[in-house]
Amino acid sequence: MKVSLSWLTQYVDVGMPPEDLADALTMAGLEVESISDRYEYLDRVVVSRIAKIVSHPQADNLKICQVDVGYRVIPVVCGAPNVKKDMLAPCALPGTCLPDGNVLKKELICGETSEGMLCSEAELGLGASGAGIMELASKFSAGDPLNRALGLSDPVFEIDLTPNRADCLSIIGIGREVAAFKNTKVKYPEISLPESCDDISNYTSVKILDPDLCPRYAAMLVFDVKVGPSPFWLQNRLISVGLKPINNVVDATNFVMMETGQPLHAFDFDRLAENRIVVRVAREGETFTTLDQKERRLDTEMLMICDGEKPVAIGGVMGGSNSEVEDTTTRVLLESAYFDPVCIRKTAKKMGLSTDASHRFERGVDPRGTTTALHRVAQLIVEISSGKLISGTIDEHPKPLPDKIIDCSVNALNRHLGTRLDQNEIESFLRSIEFDVEKIDSDKLRVFPPSCRVDISRFEDLTEEIARLLGYDNIGTTFPLIPADDRKTSWRVDSRVRIKHLMTGMGFTEAINYSFISKLSCDRLQIRPDDPKRKEVEILNHLSEDQSVMRTSLVPGLLETMHRNLAMQNKNLKFFEMGNVFFSTGEIDRQPIEVEMLAGLWTGIRNDALWLSEEINCDFYDLKGVVEELLRSLGVVNGTFTGMPPEFCCYTKPGYTAEVFMTDEPLGILGELHPNVLRNYDLKQTAYIFELNFDRLLEHIPAMKSAQPIPKFPATSRDITLIVDRNVEALKILKCVETLDEDLVENLHLLDVFEGDPIPSDKKSVSFRITYRSFQETLDDDKVNRIHKNIADSLLKEFDAVLPA
Amino acid sequence: MEKDIEQIQEQALKELEVASDVESIKDLSIRYLGRKGKVTQFLRSIADLPPEQKPEAGKKANKTKRLLDAKFKKAVKQLETASLETEDRIDVSLTGRVVRQGSLHPITQVAQQICDIFIKLGFDIAEGPEVETDYYNFEALNIPKNHPARDMQDTFYISKNIVLRTHTSPTQPRIMEQQKPPVRIIAPGKVYRCDSDLTHTPMFHQVEGLLVDKGISFGDLKGVLTTFVHQMFDAETSLRFRPSYFPFTEPSAEVDIRCVICRGAGCRVCSHTGWLEVLGSGMVHPAVFENVGYDTTRYSGFAFGMGVERIAMLKYRIDDIRKYFENDLRFLRQF
Repeated sequence: MKVSLSWLTQYVDVGMPPEDLADALTMAGLEVESISDRYEYLDRVVVSRIAKIVSHPQADNLKICQVDVGYRVIPVVCGAPNVKKDMLAPCALPGTCLPDGNVLKKELICGETSEGMLCSEAELGLGASGAGIMELASKFSAGDPLNRALGLSDPVFEIDLTPNRADCLSIIGIGREVAAFKNTKVKYPEISLPESCDDISNYTSVKILDPDLCPRYAAMLVFDVKVGPSPFWLQNRLISVGLKPINNVVDATNFVMMETGQPLHAFDFDRLAENRIVVRVAREGETFTTLDQKERRLDTEMLMICDGEKPVAIGGVMGGSNSEVEDTTTRVLLESAYFDPVCIRKTAKKMGLSTDASHRFERGVDPRGTTTALHRVAQLIVEISSGKLISGTIDEHPKPLPDKIIDCSVNALNRHLGTRLDQNEIESFLRSIEFDVEKIDSDKLRVFPPSCRVDISRFEDLTEEIARLLGYDNIGTTFPLIPADDRKTSWRVDSRVRIKHLMTGMGFTEAINYSFISKLSCDRLQIRPDDPKRKEVEILNHLSEDQSVMRTSLVPGLLETMHRNLAMQNKNLKFFEMGNVFFSTGEIDRQPIEVEMLAGLWTGIRNDALWLSEEINCDFYDLKGVVEELLRSLGVVNGTFTGMPPEFCCYTKPGYTAEVFMTDEPLGILGELHPNVLRNYDLKQTAYIFELNFDRLLEHIPAMKSAQPIPKFPATSRDITLIVDRNVEALKILKCVETLDEDLVENLHLLDVFEGDPIPSDKKSVSFRITYRSFQETLDDDKVNRIHKNIADSLLKEFDAVLPA
Repeated sequence: MEKDIEQIQEQALKELEVASDVESIKDLSIRYLGRKGKVTQFLRSIADLPPEQKPEAGKKANKTKRLLDAKFKKAVKQLETASLETEDRIDVSLTGRVVRQGSLHPITQVAQQICDIFIKLGFDIAEGPEVETDYYNFEALNIPKNHPARDMQDTFYISKNIVLRTHTSPTQPRIMEQQKPPVRIIAPGKVYRCDSDLTHTPMFHQVEGLLVDKGISFGDLKGVLTTFVHQMFDAETSLRFRPSYFPFTEPSAEVDIRCVICRGAGCRVCSHTGWLEVLGSGMVHPAVFENVGYDTTRYSGFAFGMGVERIAMLKYRIDDIRKYFENDLRFLRQF
């Protein structure tokens, strides 16, 4: 909302510098976003003296003037009849943006160079006269900036109004706020309507068929109007707040809307069939052409203003071209109404059409201001279009809104705000913004907010008014009593923080990717049609295809992060991310299932290349080691890794993929990326990823750890090498040893896995070190050898293995 | 006999004088003090002496043994020290073997700092779903359908009644439905708005706070948030509370801090106002209490919310919000 200082001062004594006013408005809750001067566009217009005039060799009606603009003399081609030597006139220099939108530049006019433009009042937006160039008083000197010379300055405040302050969508509304903090009163415009003997009821009628959507509709008639341009002062006012002048009738309605906040509309009375107004909802399928020449489809929730036959305006949103005031119009019907805010908002939303009128109606106009604004605009139109007012006002008011009465306890108010105001102070604050107040007893006040304050309906609303009038900064700070007991910690949050720290400790940097991904992600990851990852939640109004569905995996985001980093030459990456994934339930209007996941990606080298070491690329076991250490650090003991059958691998490479289980529950996946997926994401190097279900992991993180005794007796170890079938997973061998249930086996440690000559091609050799220890004694060799042999024999049998030759 | 031990000592010291390296001294030590060394043998031979000579001879021999041992050790030490001072050195300027830590995302770090401050003040952490019902995201917060306040937040829709939460505020009614007052929660999380440019990303992070108890006043709101700002920035950071509008609070207040970049002189970051908006807050609107069945005559409370990206931008002087989600390693590793 724009407010020019000059217009504002018409209704209230401001009496403070623009910056202070801006500050005061901001602190009253009307945030001033910027202050600009509306005459800034004249910055490059200077006072100039016409030094010499010669005729234009090519055009009789043009002259070439040598114009002194202070710092030099420039040639200007001019066609104005009143140009004469030694005259002072405004000259616009190249770069000036004139009110008509043209940006002036140095140009050739009929073959002659023109480096500026001598301007008329109209061209500069300073007056109505466009007949000749503007003559300036001789006291000025050439080169003076015009706005400074003429004292042209009008600060315009851009106010970012919050949606509750409908009452401030007008200059007078802002004036009321200024009056409150300046401790003065608003000067409302005086309205006196000319008398006439005719009566409106002889000409027209208003019928409201939907009083819920249109609780009030008032109309007046002005005849014999001469439609034409508005007087300069009126145009100037509209331009100052960013509105475009159209003609005197329309400008008058816009002026009064800006002044009072009440949107108004003028119909060409002679284009209304049967010369009457009917307010009703649209019929299904009806169409209507609005003032902007667009044909719009209507539905039965939209309120239409109709004549005896057809719609002539979308109520509260926009008029129609079929009843618009044109140059030939002589009789106008003026509309001032109160429409249901929800109805207007729905209609405007559906049409994608937000107008100054709909903006005000949907926030709620003053239900008592309907006729005041109507009288004001009728008076103005009579004044500026030499029209004749038909006496009487039609004011159909089938559903008056109830008055609002709020009881306010001074004690409750002080408790709520933490203040110590007395009843009189509160009363005078409320009166300063035109609230009526009655004292009920020593504590209670009965408050009657003005009808324009549609945002005030209960006690708490009054507390805000008092607080802001007192000034938030004048309310003392206190501290609530917060007992130290009863603190709760969140296991989820604490565990998440722990995991994040463990991951960074292991060299992984945290990434945060958008929760929405491309709809193509599942295809890129080769996810099978029946995979739950296909149950994506779609965003109806997504910003781009790349962000059209909610992720069902963190992997696409990490791959995109990898792609962006590779493009920036960051080739060695260790990333992790924790965040939610979303699965549709398949039912519309049901929230999806959210699962929190932890994922990691490692690509490039294992360690930075150094004079000490060679670059070695990371591999599956690097990332597996990370996951294992993570689980170990969390105290999770029952995690296992088993090979994922190749036919189940989609985005990871078959044969290089492990499923991670917690006991028998799947926890996640770990593997090398599938070459097709690398190609789909345009990744030029391989990467290893893991993704674990954090929600599930959480259940397995022990809350308490109890210390284990440290053994007193030494351990002894034996190695064993088995030649087994290539497909035997090492895990199975380890598990097998566990099932033998030998008490003295303390630890099993994989030493070596070897494939190739001299081992037969379908076999591999696997070497373990078994550590034996007793908590009661130092073991003797014979005992250990006996157990070790038992284990070896069992393994040979179980895995059909042989010992190396 | 006595002469013998003196001679042995003399001989040993002579040999020590000419010994030039650690090896030969160790050898010397073995030859004199070892198991078959001369001093050791002498000590054994004392057993054969007549009883009256034994004490004296033993005393002398032990003295020699101690003396030689000390001299040999000292000599070894001297030689070793001398050699360390001259030879065998490494280039300490070469880089060490890299042990690289990763880093937490700056958003995580700042959200954690914010939460930690409130946890110290006595708040508990709460979380809620990111895909919300229209009811919790709007209606329970006193933002009915077709209310102009809905324009304040561009919403992503999943269906007519399911949205990506536009703020962390739905945590307020969710918690209050589950818990009787007093309530003191802080709720960090991702939020979504249909907006993308230099200063907006369609996903960002907020931290929500809510305190409900008997007798909570606007002054308490000011006190808690002032403490927060002073701990988050510094105690010299001045702040101001200014009236604003949120449908779920009344009175509502925007909290501005003195621009941390220009200290109030006016700069691009603060749009030359000298102030930066960092928090939205207010006293919980009675309609919100009514929706969750709290007795508005007994309880009052305040709520607040802040954008984590915004605060991180101010703390780390980050000029482009999109950097947070590009995840460029060179950016992330700075934090």
